Order: sequence, then C-alpha cells, then structure tokens
Amino acid sequence: MTSPSLADNQTAGQATALVEARHVSQSYHKDSAVDLLVLDDVNLTLNAGEIVGLLGRSGSGKSTFLRILAGLLSPSSGEVLWKGNSLKGPADGVAMVFQSFALFPWMTVEENVALGLEAKGITGEERDRRVENAIDLIGLGGYENAWPKELSGGMQQRVGLARALVVQPDLLLMDEPFSALDVLTAENLRTDLVELWSEKKLPVQAMLVVTHNIEEAVLICDRIMIFSSNPGRIAHALTVPFAHPRDREDPAFRQFVDHIYALMTQRAPIISEADLAVGVKQAAQAAPSFMALPMVSITMMIGMMEALAAPPLNGRADLPMLAEKLQLELDDLFPLGESLELLGLAELEDGDILLTNEGVHFVLSDLDERKAIMSHALLHHVPLVKMICTVLDERPSHSANADRFRDALEEAMSPDYARQTLQTVIGWARFAELFDFDEEGDRFYLEEAISE
Amino acid sequence: MTAARPDFSLSSQNPSTRLPLRHLNTADAFLLICVVGLAVLAGNSVRHMLAPLAAPAQAPIHLDILYLPGYALRTTLRMFAALGLSLVFTFLYATLAAKSRRAAQILVPLLDILQSIPILGFLSFTVTFFLGLFPGQVLGAELAAIFTIFTSQAWNMAFGMYQSLRSVPTELEEAARGFGLTAWQKFWRLEVPCAVPSLVWNSMMSMAGGWFMVVYSETLTVGNTQIILPGIGSYVGVAISQQNIGAVLAAILAMMAIILAYDQVLFRPLTVWASRFRLETTVQDEALAEPWVLRLLRRTRVLRASINLFLSFMRKIGSLPLGRRQGRFQPSQTTVSKRLSDGLWWGALGLIFLCALEQAWVYGSSAYTLGQIGHVVVLGFYTLLRVVSMLCVASLIWVPVGVWLGLKPVRAHRAQLIVQYCAAFPANLFFPVFVGGIIYFHLAPDIWLTPLMMLGAQWYILFNVIGGTSSFPPNLLEVGENFEVKGLLWWRKIILPGITPYYLTGALAASGGAWNAAIASEVAQWGNVTLKAHGLGAYIAQATTEGDISEVALGVVVMALFVLILNWLVWRPLSDYAHRRLKLT
Repeated sequence: MTSPSLADNQTAGQATALVEARHVSQSYHKDSAVDLLVLDDVNLTLNAGEIVGLLGRSGSGKSTFLRILAGLLSPSSGEVLWKGNSLKGPADGVAMVFQSFALFPWMTVEENVALGLEAKGITGEERDRRVENAIDLIGLGGYENAWPKELSGGMQQRVGLARALVVQPDLLLMDEPFSALDVLTAENLRTDLVELWSEKKLPVQAMLVVTHNIEEAVLICDRIMIFSSNPGRIAHALTVPFAHPRDREDPAFRQFVDHIYALMTQRAPIISEADLAVGVKQAAQAAPSFMALPMVSITMMIGMMEALAAPPLNGRADLPMLAEKLQLELDDLFPLGESLELLGLAELEDGDILLTNEGVHFVLSDLDERKAIMSHALLHHVPLVKMICTVLDERPSHSANADRFRDALEEAMSPDYARQTLQTVIGWARFAELFDFDEEGDRFYLEEAISE
Repeated sequence: MTAARPDFSLSSQNPSTRLPLRHLNTADAFLLICVVGLAVLAGNSVRHMLAPLAAPAQAPIHLDILYLPGYALRTTLRMFAALGLSLVFTFLYATLAAKSRRAAQILVPLLDILQSIPILGFLSFTVTFFLGLFPGQVLGAELAAIFTIFTSQAWNMAFGMYQSLRSVPTELEEAARGFGLTAWQKFWRLEVPCAVPSLVWNSMMSMAGGWFMVVYSETLTVGNTQIILPGIGSYVGVAISQQNIGAVLAAILAMMAIILAYDQVLFRPLTVWASRFRLETTVQDEALAEPWVLRLLRRTRVLRASINLFLSFMRKIGSLPLGRRQGRFQPSQTTVSKRLSDGLWWGALGLIFLCALEQAWVYGSSAYTLGQIGHVVVLGFYTLLRVVSMLCVASLIWVPVGVWLGLKPVRAHRAQLIVQYCAAFPANLFFPVFVGGIIYFHLAPDIWLTPLMMLGAQWYILFNVIGGTSSFPPNLLEVGENFEVKGLLWWRKIILPGITPYYLTGALAASGGAWNAAIASEVAQWGNVTLKAHGLGAYIAQATTEGDISEVALGVVVMALFVLILNWLVWRPLSDYAHRRLKLT
C-alpha cells in the first residue's frame, strides 16, 4: 500500500535513511542494585536497498537492539528515528520474523499470514489476494489450511516470513531466523530469501538480520555490524564486497570469514598470573573478579584440548576450520576458547587457538595431575573460586551459604548470568575437588569437613 | 499431509455454509425434535421459576421414577447456568488480575483464600443472601441454588485462567504487538486462545465439585422454613427422609446417565478441540480419537453451520479495533510520583485492613467466647485426624493399584477414563447407602462415618498415581529389570520416588476434597435417625441446619485456616522438594 512497485523501492530508495538509531543505550534495571548496561551507545543508520547484519554472541544485546528498532522496547536513553520521526511504538512499515517462528498454533497457515492485514482493517478480497500472493511468493502454496504444528521447522519459518511480507513492510527485521533450523533447511531457506531479494521480488526496502553465524552473515548481508558483549556495543562495522549469489568456497569469501573470526577473538588482554603476583593491577582486579562465565563443561574443555594437542593440529588450529571439524556452533566455540584462555590453558590469536605450555602439560597428565593443574588454574585465574575457598577455609564449619556469593555476583551482572556463572564454577570446582555444593541446602562446603 | 489425521476443525471441510433445505439429513431432523423438546422443557422450568413459592409444608417432590427425568433436566439446567456464571466471573476476575498490578495484589491472595474455604461453608451465606434479595419467589431460591453451585466451580477456573494469561509466550506477544493488534484484538486472538486448554480442563474439574454441591443446593433451609426446588438433589433428600432405598438407587442411576451425557456431549469434544490451543509445538503422539459428537457436528449441516456462524461471529468480535494499539511507549512515571501513588495505595489498603480487623474483633469478641473457639479448634483436630488417617488408608490401597494399572499403557488409558468419571460423580449420593448399612449393623458412627469423606476424594490419588506411573521413563524401568531390582527395593528405589510428584498432587487434591466432604459426611441422616461423628464438619453442618450463621462463620473460618496452614506447612514444602529433586524431565 505504501510502495507503488517493488523495483522502484530498492533503486529509488538508495541512500535514504529508513531507520536511524542515535546513542541508544539500554540498561537492565534491578530493584536495588546498580543498573546493568546491556547496550551501550549504539549508533546505526539503515538505508533503503541494503541488508545489514548484526553479528554477535548470545548476550551481546543484538536481539534487544532489534526489538528497540522494532518499537517493541523503549530504549533507556537515546532515540530511534523512523523515516525521520521519533519512534514511539511499533511502526507501520516494520515487520518482524522471530527465531522461534512465533506462529499462533490455533490459526491455520492462512490465518496466521492474514493476522497483520486484519489488524490494519484490511478484509475481504483485498485481504485474500494479498495473502495468496505472499503465500505463493514464499513457496507455501498448498499449505494454506495446515496447522502450524503439522509443518516442519523450515515450513513454519516460511509462514513467519509470509506473515511479515504480506503487510509490505519497508523494513524487515529478522531475529536469528534460521538458527532454530537444521543445516540443510537453513541453507535452503536462506538461498531462497537471497534469491528473491536479488531478483527484487520482495516487497521490502531493507532488511536487518540478527545472527550469531559468521558465514550466514557474510552470505546474506551487504554490511555487518559486529557486536561485542558486556555491555553490547558495535565493535566493528564491515562492508561485504561480494555480489549475490555468493560462493562460500571462493578464497576471498573464506578470507573474509577468517578476518571476522580474528576480529571477534580480539579481546582485551587477560590479566596474567604474573600481574597478580606483582600486585600491580590489584585495584583493577576488583571489577573482572565477577566476570560472567559461560556454560562450559569440564568435559568439553578437556575434549577441545585433546583435539588440539592431537597430531593433525599439534597444538594450534584455525577457528573456522576447528568449528567445522568439531561441529561446533559459534556460540559453543567462542565460550570454550575463552574459558581455556581465562584458565591459562590456551590462547586466542588472529582467529587461531593455540595451547599454552600449561595446556600441553594438562593433556599429557593423568587424572590426578589434571585435577591439580585445574585446581591451580582456578585459584589463580577465577577470583570467585579463590573467594569461595578463602571463606570456606576461614570458617570452622567449612561451609558457606551460596546466597552471599550470588548477591556479590548480582552486583555486576543479571541474575540469569549470576546463576549460570555459579553453576559453571561449581562444575569446574567439583572436577578440581576444591569444594562441593549442596543443592538442597544451597551452600558450598569442603568435602574433608564432612569425612572428618 | 492432513489426511492422516482426523480433522478437528469445524470450518475447513466445506467453506460454504449456505444450507440448501433439501440436503437436510435424518440427523438434522432428529436434532430438530430434540431441540424443540428441550426448549419446551426449559420454558416450563423458567415459568416455574417465576412462580411464587409454594407453601413450604407441601413437599412437591414425587418419588415416582417417572418424575426423575424431569428432575434430572432441572438439575442439569442449573448446572449449566452455574457454569455460565462461573465463566463470566472467570473472564472478568482473571483479566482484571492479570492486567492490573494493583488488582492482582488483592485478587490473587483472595482467590487463594476462597479456594481453601470448604464449599459447603458457602451454602448458608448464598442462601440467606438470595432469599433476602427476592423474598417469597422461586427465582430467589433458584438463584441461591445456582450461586451455591457457582461457589464450588468458579475459583479454580479463575485461577487457571489467571495463570494462563500471565504465561503467554513472549514471542507471540511481541508478534501481536508488532503487527499492531489493539488491546481488544490481542485479548481475543492471543490471550483467550492461550487460556482455552486450562479453561476446559478446569471447567471439567469444577463440574465434579458442582455435582457434589447440587445435592445440597436444592433443599434450602433458612431458619425453620424449608424450600425444596425440584431436582435430583431434592429427590434424594426426600428419598432419605422417607427411607426409600429404591429411590436413592434410581437417583444414582439417573446421575450416572447425566454425567455420562455431559462428558460425551460436552467435555470429550471440548477437550479434543482445546488441544489445538496447546502451545507445545511438539506433535502429540497420543492418538486423540475423534469423539462421536465432534463427528456428528461435522456431518450435521445445521449444527456445523450454526457453530461456524458462532465461531466467525466470535472472530468478528475479536477483530473489532477497540482499544489502543498495543506497545505505544507510555511516558514513564517519575519515581517520586510512583512512590507517592504506591504509598497512597498501600495506605488505603492498610486502612481497610485495620477497619476490617476492628470489625472482626468487635464481632468476634461479642459473638464468641474463648472456650467456644477452643472447642471448635479441638473439633478441627478431630477432623484433621480423620483426614490424615483416611489419606493413609486410601494411599495404601490405591498406590499399588495405580502403579499396577499404570505400567501397561492400554490398561492405564482405560483406567484413567473410568477414574475420571468416578471423580466427577458426586460421592455424597452414595452416603445414604452407607448410612443405611451403619444403622443396620449398629456400627460406631465416629469410626464408620469417616470413610465417607474419602469416597470421592480417593480418585484423585488413583488418577495421579496412574498418570505418574504411565509417564515414568521406560528406560529406568528397563534398568531395574536389567539389574534384577525386585520387591521392596524396586518400590523404594525406583517407582515410589518416580511417582512422588504426581502422588503429592493427587494427595493434595484428595485432602482438600476430604475437608469439603467432612461437612457432608460427619453428620448423616436416614429417615428420622441422625448419625453424628465428632468433628468440625459436624459442627458446621449442625450450625447450618440450625441456621446459626455466626457459628457457621466460626466453623468455616477455622476450617479454612486448617486448610491454609496445612498447605503452607506441609503440602507446599513437600511439593517444592519433590519438584526439585524427584521431577523427571
């Protein structure tokens, strides 16, 4: 209804700003403690005719940012301009595709697709015609009367796409649209979408895709914003220099992907053991002492180290290659690598991961020695473990309520991350036999204290 | 793709709903006659409702079996009216509680309390209120009866709907907002559908409570006037006073037929239909057989057309662009004004609370003596002893049986249907049979009246134990077989921990049911013989028949406190523990 013809949209709209985020920050508000920053001063301008990707790890606030652009969330500070006007709620020309599809299970495919039209008061023949067009365009013909739960994931997401496209939005927002699908289905749907876009058959002027899959971002997008975590901000902005359709086997493509891996593993240097001993950065230690830890199990770390140490790799590997070899998603690979780096067992460097001497030593040791190495690493590199052990040692009862540590953590992170961090620490400390945790009583204790 | 599955949709088969008359089939003709007959009967009932009350002395109930179908219909209509009322209440109450933070602060705890009040305790109050509202009219008595049934149904329905409204999935909610649905549209197209499964399930559960109450709600005693509304309940009442065991048995049979009809015509199709609204996207592999009523609905043109008409009407209503577009950012309240209004709100609540406390205190201290209160509490402990001992007996019997039934899926499925039916049947209809036996054999009422309170409640235990056993992971059973774990060890280490969460759910429901039934079971009548056991239930029942409202209030409050404290001290910690440690996911 807003767009006269599809072809015009993408050409004539060139370089006109559709949506503009200015200094957008979002903080998570906790009742008493300080506000926790989820997004920090994010600026982004989206022009007609382009596909922009927001690439980042889970927890980097990219989905939150998407919801702010959609008008579903109001930013804590900063503003969003939609076609030059301040955005004050869901805009008419924006439609969204959800990670979990968000189909209404009590509506048929056709009813789901028609939802947006009916909300606008479009009924009768106009509604039927547009619904049919959208359904045909997206390859859902014949499925009109099916219930969502009868469809495969790929077909369900097609319904999600058709539902978004039928309202002919100027901007299509997609929140990890392919991440709930299996590899083949995702590839199929992605290719179809890109093809429709390049043939200018999509009734949209621009698309914004949130993803944590580096290859996917490079396959689809014209521009990629790389988000860093805690708090989320745009760390890098890249322009993808390839024309559609893109070939992922092309060396230039591979090189571009490698480059992004390198950018994403570039981190502030982790404080080493030496610094601690000298005491130079004692003051600076206070903040990272309560760093959120990812859900990484000890067995995954050992498996990764053993794979790295084994012959073809011999202690060093290219991350994209390793991801493929170990069949790991980005969201598994990075936390794993970073945990090893945190413990001083491996290092990340230019998109590569390499074992440290300590790491090699670990792999060559027997179980008891491994436990000793892990225990040493935990005490020196994870301040929370050190703190718990100190408290347990000081107490005559050798036990301590978990609440005090949870509270301390929640000063620096959301309750969800605090819970996850404690869980991870408990898993690691149990392997190292540093202390144990009593889930029923919600307390930490030293095992010897019981047996004595 | 769709062909493999029975089609539950009422709309998809044939989009045209026009009705060429010559295509009317026999089913339609049959149905038409049924509708006309029902309309005539309903009209008669309504005409009767507006009549002035007959002289109380003249009992209008005939024990002749020929009258029974008419009475059964009257009772059924009352149940329908009460269910409708409960639905209206549920929509208003749950929506208000879910939409307004402040309302929720009052409404949700209130619901908790209402749920723990024994339903028979409401009897005196509804009756007094409505008879006072319409003095000397049958309408007043009918309304009193309907509201009495309502009090046994509404609370859990409202609670279920409130919970569903609060747990609408975030992404669906975002989708609805993103596509610009108004508040009204969102309510009907997202929130109500989310609540449908819980509404249907809770209505089913409520019906069981309703049938229990219907027996008492049709014979109303206020002071020394007795009003008898024609229905199955009053029929049984008269049969008891005339010691006519044949009539009691006939009433039991009639009740069985009604409940079966309700189940087949209303709830079986509704359950299947409601499964469409379930949010889990996983395909249910339990084969939901298409109930014959749903099949009939689709094959019968008149019915299908009228239901389609109704559904599309509802859709039109639901699509009306009433209310604001959702998700416009509200100008956020400043912290100061928020604090201020919060302060005012809590201040007002505090004031109301203090006033109420003062009133209660003044009334309590003038109406009751300390000794009286102490006496009632001691009676409460007698009843508690009964409830606990009966729970133990019922568990000892039904846990092994339930496990045995649950281990084989086919057996479990059939048994659950039967048990569900048993649970819906008002156990109090069987009381006269037992009481007759007690009198005949000269048994001690203090002991032998006790099992009556478990008569209806025991099914909750059995039902949940079967459910727990049949959903116990087969892998774990195989491990047990593989290591030859047998006998006591098998019970102790494998099956009992596995079904504990389910058992606790059942035991909690059974305990609630037993407290309710205590009022009905601790005093029993057969002709002019009255059997009485010592306990809080008997106290409340006695006070109700004597029309002593203040004693009823005392008894009901003490019983509600017993139930609340038990929930708080025993059931909640136990089920929390079971949920954390024993839940198999």
